[in-house]
Amino acid sequence: MRLTINGKSTEIEAPEDMPLLWALRDVLGMTGTKYGCGMAICGACTVHIDGAPTRSCLLPLSAVAGKSITTIEGLASGETLHKVQQAWLDHEVAQCGYCQSGQIMSAVALLQSNSTPSDDEIDAAMAGNLCRCATYPRIRAAIRAAAGEEKA
Amino acid sequence: MSTTRRQVLQVGLLAGGGLLIGAPLIAKEAGQAKASVALNPFISIARDGTITVFSKHSEMGQGVLTSIAMTVMEELDGDWSKVVAVPGDARAEYRHSLWGVQATGGSTTTHSSFDQMRQAGATARAMLLAAAAAEWKEPVDKLRTEQSFVIGRKAGQRLSYGELAAAAAAMPVPTQIKLKNKDDFKLIGKSKARLDGRAKVTGKANFGIDVQMPGLLTALIARPPVFGGKPKVIDKSGAKAVHGVRHVVEVSAGVAVVGENFWAAKQGLDALKVEWDLGEHKSFSTTAQRESFDALLAGDGVDAKVIGDARALLDGSDARIEFEFDFPYLAHATMEPMNATAHVHADGVTVWAPTQFQTIDQMAAAEVAGVTVDKVVLHTTLLGGGFGRRANPKADFVREAVEVSKAVSSPVKVIWLREHDMQGGYYRPRTRVCAVMSLDEKQRPAALEIGVASQSILAGTPFGADVEKTGLDASQVEGLADWAYATPNLRVRYHLAKGAVPVLWWRSVGHSFSAYVKETLIDEAAARAKVDPIDYRIELLAAHPRQIAVLKKVREAAHWGKAPEGHFQGVAIHESFGSIVAQVAQVSLVEGRIKVHKITAAIDCGQVVNPDTVKAQIMGGALMGLSAALGEAITFAEGRPEQSNFHNYPILRLPDAPDVDVHIVASDGPMGGAGEPGTPPVAPALGNALAKALGRRFVELPLPRSVATS
Repeated sequence: MRLTINGKSTEIEAPEDMPLLWALRDVLGMTGTKYGCGMAICGACTVHIDGAPTRSCLLPLSAVAGKSITTIEGLASGETLHKVQQAWLDHEVAQCGYCQSGQIMSAVALLQSNSTPSDDEIDAAMAGNLCRCATYPRIRAAIRAAAGEEKA
Repeated sequence: MSTTRRQVLQVGLLAGGGLLIGAPLIAKEAGQAKASVALNPFISIARDGTITVFSKHSEMGQGVLTSIAMTVMEELDGDWSKVVAVPGDARAEYRHSLWGVQATGGSTTTHSSFDQMRQAGATARAMLLAAAAAEWKEPVDKLRTEQSFVIGRKAGQRLSYGELAAAAAAMPVPTQIKLKNKDDFKLIGKSKARLDGRAKVTGKANFGIDVQMPGLLTALIARPPVFGGKPKVIDKSGAKAVHGVRHVVEVSAGVAVVGENFWAAKQGLDALKVEWDLGEHKSFSTTAQRESFDALLAGDGVDAKVIGDARALLDGSDARIEFEFDFPYLAHATMEPMNATAHVHADGVTVWAPTQFQTIDQMAAAEVAGVTVDKVVLHTTLLGGGFGRRANPKADFVREAVEVSKAVSSPVKVIWLREHDMQGGYYRPRTRVCAVMSLDEKQRPAALEIGVASQSILAGTPFGADVEKTGLDASQVEGLADWAYATPNLRVRYHLAKGAVPVLWWRSVGHSFSAYVKETLIDEAAARAKVDPIDYRIELLAAHPRQIAVLKKVREAAHWGKAPEGHFQGVAIHESFGSIVAQVAQVSLVEGRIKVHKITAAIDCGQVVNPDTVKAQIMGGALMGLSAALGEAITFAEGRPEQSNFHNYPILRLPDAPDVDVHIVASDGPMGGAGEPGTPPVAPALGNALAKALGRRFVELPLPRSVATS
């Protein structure tokens, strides 16, 4: 099966019912996308499918054939971080860091569809991404900063 | 734990305590450190000047890779832009400075390793100086260091640490070393960006679950639905028929389905049929446990603390404050579910584990594999959260990975499904507490009696060899046995409960409930005395000036008493893990639902290494405590945990997380921890705010989803 991952056409040998998460992690060795719940309720496995934030832990490969998949590994261009990743660093968001790939993917998708989200819109867009270290206040601050940069 | 392992551990504990700087060796652990020279077990320097700091403590989010590197680099006088910090593998030299085994926990990392890490940096610096002195044939005291260079008195005398490292490693290790004066610190005490930050925003950080190698198999284990259950009938045929399933083997934890990858193992697990013998705990329930705990509380228990004669005064008092508290089992619910990778091979065992307990895991791996401890190599990965769950004296997640690898003769990663993780026990113990307090004629505490009933965390572990004998688990009365408020008659009793549910330390351990008991009682006393709750506390804490300073700081920072209309403030203060934290929670009720608007915190933890990390830990600690108070509980019916995943074990989400404003109180007090002390005060601060709003106090956690406002 051919998939387009981070702009590259990629041939993958895996059963069609294998969830994208495990194809990325176990078949392609792309471990930046994380397993958290297996029920699409914690957000750790968030990737973009044609730009839309999508939980990959229940999403079969058959559903993403021909679509454009973006993962955390595809955000930066070379050494230059995506502005959301940079905002995460500027605000020292990460603690354990395990959920942050998913948090960042959700935040990037939010800002792509809404460059100046209100606090309520940030709440709504990020409500599905759990962080046990509870870095939430810094996530909010980083998103506001990244959005502010867009405005400027 | 077997006698042999306990003996080994006790030898380790006896040997602990001293500072140890080992002999030089060539580092081979970290990729970054390739071709670099180790000056001691904590520091290696590459020719290009890269300085690798090996952290003897595990990084689980608390920022120790960065703070340990700061502490080392302060004395090494190295160039901060050249530092790389990596988690240290299991090594004798990495044993905890207080405990004698390699471990991370109890909020001890920074203070317990502070002098040792400074010494490691200073020793390496002295060896670099000695190497330069030998090269230039100059006396050492004429040389100085600056930003990874040794500089001589003559023009052009300048050698980088990278150039000097090989020669420095051959220099004798100095035994007497002078450490910097605190006033000369350049790094310590100033916020530094996390060294693991970039890896964690690019998906490159490697957690235990990310371990990969050729031939690695993935195992999922079917586990008994009731603690103590065993497989009765196993039908492997369905699982074995799944494409990609390699083995189905019975192991101590249940039945392991081993596949070429997670998905194969998962489908195999779904196709596996196991009929369980549920064992003797199949009718265990939270409600039945309540009765058994209350029966215990009615008995004598064991005294943990006695001052005066509380009982006599309480019996004669008719104006008593009485509460019966109930605190549930709590799951750690680390975002990275439990996992470990093991490879049992001809020469021994190699383990890759996100662990807080390297030495104990190493001993467990040796025992399971049937080899000596020196044949176990244990690599520490990053931890996707720990909170105590990854410091298990029983080494459960490592033990089973080794067992499965041994059974199938391949490297194996055992992954716990979220359901396995949440239903697999090692919870914060369920605790019931009865408390009775009387006030004197001035409405100040006269007598107080507290009884605590819970399962012991320490019993049956190397940390609690005497619990069975004495009936007292100190971790379950911490924060109460050291009750700080002036109270002339005090009795704290512990009632040891038996139970099959595995229990463990959960961020702040006994303080996770004892602060709620203490701060609810004192807040109610202040209310009865009609005195401002902060003033009341300050008056009763005359013997604890550091606590008073922290209370005053939080009062000012929270704009105490100036909450907007419809908002209510509650305060709590608690000392734990050597630090003092006070918090003010500001809440309102929106259609009967609790809305937390803001938490203001002040901390005194003595000397701070990385202030931003302290703030992050107090923020995260407070919000984890808030999460528990608002909705977390593991309950049991018919022997089974009733929660299985995040839909029925709701941890805090972003929309419900208030900002946490953290203030560090400048202090000359002894160094304390930061990972845990932020957790205890938040639930009572919230409860005390609700008491103002509603005129009643909640004695059971978690709080109800909606509270009547009448």
